[in-house]
Amino acid sequence: MSNVPEDLQYTKSHEWVRTLPEGTLEIGITDHAQQALGDLVFVEVPEAGRVLKAGESCAVVESVKAASDVYAPLAGRVLAGNPRLAAEPETVNTDAYGEGWLLRLRPADGALAAAGLMSAAEYRKVLDAEGG
Amino acid sequence: MGRHTPLFGLHQELGARIVDFGGWEMPLQYGSQIGEHHAVRRAAGVFDVSHMCVADLKGTRVRALLRYLLANDIGKLKLPGKALYSCMLNERGGVLDDLIVYYRDESFFRVVLNSGTRDKDLAWIGKHAAAFSVELTERDDLAMLAIQGPQARAKASQLFSYADATAALALETFTGRDLGGWFLARTGYTGEDGFEIMMPAQDAEAAWRKLNSLGVASCGLGARDTLRLEAGMNLYGNDMDEGTQPFESGLGWTIAMASRERDFIGRPALEALVQKGSPARQVGLVLEDRGVLRSHQKVIVPDVGEGEITSGTFSPTLERSIAFARVPAATADKVLVDVRGKLLNARVVKPPFVRHGKSLIN
Repeated sequence: MSNVPEDLQYTKSHEWVRTLPEGTLEIGITDHAQQALGDLVFVEVPEAGRVLKAGESCAVVESVKAASDVYAPLAGRVLAGNPRLAAEPETVNTDAYGEGWLLRLRPADGALAAAGLMSAAEYRKVLDAEGG
Repeated sequence: MGRHTPLFGLHQELGARIVDFGGWEMPLQYGSQIGEHHAVRRAAGVFDVSHMCVADLKGTRVRALLRYLLANDIGKLKLPGKALYSCMLNERGGVLDDLIVYYRDESFFRVVLNSGTRDKDLAWIGKHAAAFSVELTERDDLAMLAIQGPQARAKASQLFSYADATAALALETFTGRDLGGWFLARTGYTGEDGFEIMMPAQDAEAAWRKLNSLGVASCGLGARDTLRLEAGMNLYGNDMDEGTQPFESGLGWTIAMASRERDFIGRPALEALVQKGSPARQVGLVLEDRGVLRSHQKVIVPDVGEGEITSGTFSPTLERSIAFARVPAATADKVLVDVRGKLLNARVVKPPFVRHGKSLIN
């Protein structure tokens, strides 16, 4: 059974969003997503300054067996990609909600409200429906 | 629902992630795929390969049949027990399958075929066997375990009685024999030493549990794929198929044309090819940039032409991506690969990449 922390928001495509104190956002993939992918061997994160549209592919996570796109849960400007993941992609497996974050984002005006993110309870229902 | 091997229940009990593999529900991994890979390179792992097709060929003219049916020369098998790797070709020189054939006695050879080509192979072999009055029997009563790694033989020999264990450890490379009611072969698909054991289906679960208790790791098809690629071994359906010939698939070394009087299926097509030279060849690639090579990615050979990756993965031993590619014959030592829209640099090498736990790549 995968871990779904209460204090985060989620997307149907298995990204999580954490609101940081200064109103910026941290984004990663969920425990369910990292389990489904298996051992990650390559992660590509976006460069600081890149402007993302909601739903745009913004990162790539590759396990031994497959490559998978990560989609921007909402529009905004990238503040940082996690620099650690180039050398240690497995951090996403071992700490998906912590050190394994993918990017930090300053949301565009009104983007967070428009994103339709799910609560932990709602995301758990998505996982139940997927049999995960 | 897919087909199951005799070990399916045990795989579920061990928490394996089950995937469809050509109509079979098989274990992809039990925990970490990379962990399973390293277990085989450093110690020992066990794989369920019972989905593969074991078939026995019996009859007084079985050697004549195989001389005609196989592209490698069955005449190389001079001592009972010896095994031979060979392609089986169609008339156009395309690869119907690759297989291992074991010489049991003069009227009995055993072949191990790929799972995905089972029906096609059995029909093809059966058709030709009839002309040689050879009886073909699929041995779906057998399970097959592959125990691989530097400690594999020492561990697996403990499945046998004391006297038989000595005989198991004495078995030579690429040889098989009957032992304790099982067929034991010193073969594999990982680039490590080890055994493949064919046994009655009802023996398989106890054998697996015993191996686990001896510290042999359960390993899935995921690790099997990264291990075979590092070891420079082709996968049927990826690296060759009916539409490709052996010389463009890195299999020229298995084509025995020296004996001029040996007529085998596909020979005339291959002779024409040898005359004019194969336009393509298989190479190994090591990715020099960050990323992962995958099958079907386009390979660009500057000033020469284009090719395609046939198998690609991340190599846990080398900690970088490696691949097999089919490229123009004139390809030199550098290529570019289109990886998700970016052109990345790769170096051309001669497989294998890893043998007996050691990198062969500088």
